[in-house]
Amino acid sequence: MKCARRLPGPEALTRSAWTAAILFALAAGAGLLPRQSAAGVAETDTLARAAARVQEPAALPPPGEAPALAVAPPPAGAPQSSGWLRRERLPAAIATLVLGAIILFFIGRARRGADLYIRRIAGLEAVDEAVGRATEMGRPILYSAGLDPMEEVATVASINILGQVARKAGQYETRVIMPNRFAIVMTVAQEVVREAYAAAGHPELYDPDDIYYATQSQFGYAGAVVGTMLRERPAANFFIGHFYAESLMLAEMGNATGAIQIAGTDSDSQLPFFICACDYTLIGEELYAGSVYLSREPLLLGALKGQDIAKVIILAILLLGTLLLWIGVDLTHLLS
Amino acid sequence: MKRTGPVVFGFVIGMLMLIQHFTPDPWINDRYNDVLDWKQIVFGTTLILGVVSLVTHHGRKVARRGGGWAYSLLTLAGLAAMPAAALAFGSGRGPYLWMFDHVQAPMQATMFALLAFYVASASYRAFRARTLHAALLLTAGVVVMLGRVPLGELIGLDHVSAWILDFPNLAAKRGVMIGVGLGMTATSIKIITGIERTYLGKGA
Repeated sequence: MKCARRLPGPEALTRSAWTAAILFALAAGAGLLPRQSAAGVAETDTLARAAARVQEPAALPPPGEAPALAVAPPPAGAPQSSGWLRRERLPAAIATLVLGAIILFFIGRARRGADLYIRRIAGLEAVDEAVGRATEMGRPILYSAGLDPMEEVATVASINILGQVARKAGQYETRVIMPNRFAIVMTVAQEVVREAYAAAGHPELYDPDDIYYATQSQFGYAGAVVGTMLRERPAANFFIGHFYAESLMLAEMGNATGAIQIAGTDSDSQLPFFICACDYTLIGEELYAGSVYLSREPLLLGALKGQDIAKVIILAILLLGTLLLWIGVDLTHLLS
Repeated sequence: MKRTGPVVFGFVIGMLMLIQHFTPDPWINDRYNDVLDWKQIVFGTTLILGVVSLVTHHGRKVARRGGGWAYSLLTLAGLAAMPAAALAFGSGRGPYLWMFDHVQAPMQATMFALLAFYVASASYRAFRARTLHAALLLTAGVVVMLGRVPLGELIGLDHVSAWILDFPNLAAKRGVMIGVGLGMTATSIKIITGIERTYLGKGA
């Protein structure tokens, strides 16, 4: 019974959730940066959106007056921005600096020739298999970099992986087809694939017509990719980047055509669909590790190692925070 | 210069955007807004590249009578018809609005509606209880689905469903989110410091 009394009640669990949320905010410094949508409308981060959802609706203005913006006033006692630093963002700044320092430290170690172990990632090990299969069948490879514009980190990570995939495809003399949703992504992808083919010793294989602009419409893009799958019958499909509701449509159609499929996304809501319909799925952070893992460049491996160490530190902080809450020590006020 | 120029430019702009997030300084915030304005200008300019790519890609297919060339012809016709209708009759009325309301919007809705069938086929494959993991997935899926309908509420599954979503599911999602946050930060640092250059082309 004594043990039972020590178990946390709903209030303690709520505090634990808040601790986790605050520590997550600490860890994901860059994740707090506002995201710019394709339409140019700034979207706030996940936590801010969650907070916005629970805000009370603004009172209606008197007749004839314009409605006020529904921005909640800062709570009493909340830290205010002053001088040159936004104090409410200080934890994120510290976390970013700490993470940056860890990564730079491990890059330094890699530069000095330290042997860094990186765990096996099945989805990335399968890239050779997928490219080889397409070569054996004499069919092209289809690559989609997702639906986000070039400034999103997931798209940059996808383009980095595209470079490695295209290089392998160039070595095997296999075509890479890539419909794009944004012209900037298309232009960058064309350059990356051209360079990759050249690096593989087959610059003549590059055809700019294989990496083309489809449409900016979400389901129009899905229709273009599905149509390409049905007409070109690619033997390997890569869905790497940030996807939305069309993810399952792409993956299911690829499954129906019998292609080997490797997906990778940082969108937690689309991960289950890819896991169900694809042969291999890069989950969350594995998407960002892809380029490093495939290229095995020592400096980049150092950065990946630093990222892993930062994750261990966050995990330790989370466990420590949970343990402290269990024994009744609440430090959340220090972080608020 | 071809190698270092973009890296130096990326470092300066990247650092500016990073510092802007942590400081209320009006000068830096104005520069941030300048960057956003430039982004819109670049975006608008690259739309021309998109249109050129679209016309070239589908034009070649039509010229060669390649597979599915009729679809390409339809795409080119649509590309020409929509702006022509908007220029001739305005975008708020006339054939442009009609085509938007009665052709484009229903087609998009149809594509979205197809998702239900794709969900069914994917669920069928995922829920075949061949392994312990698949069996667990099946059990959790059935409980969550039943918990969302009146029958499930009747037998008390709504609480179990809420527990699955609020604890194991949320814990896993947060794990993924922490990894994603770290991955984004690390990738950003690598790009800003010029360590990661694959996106500039292999030769960069």
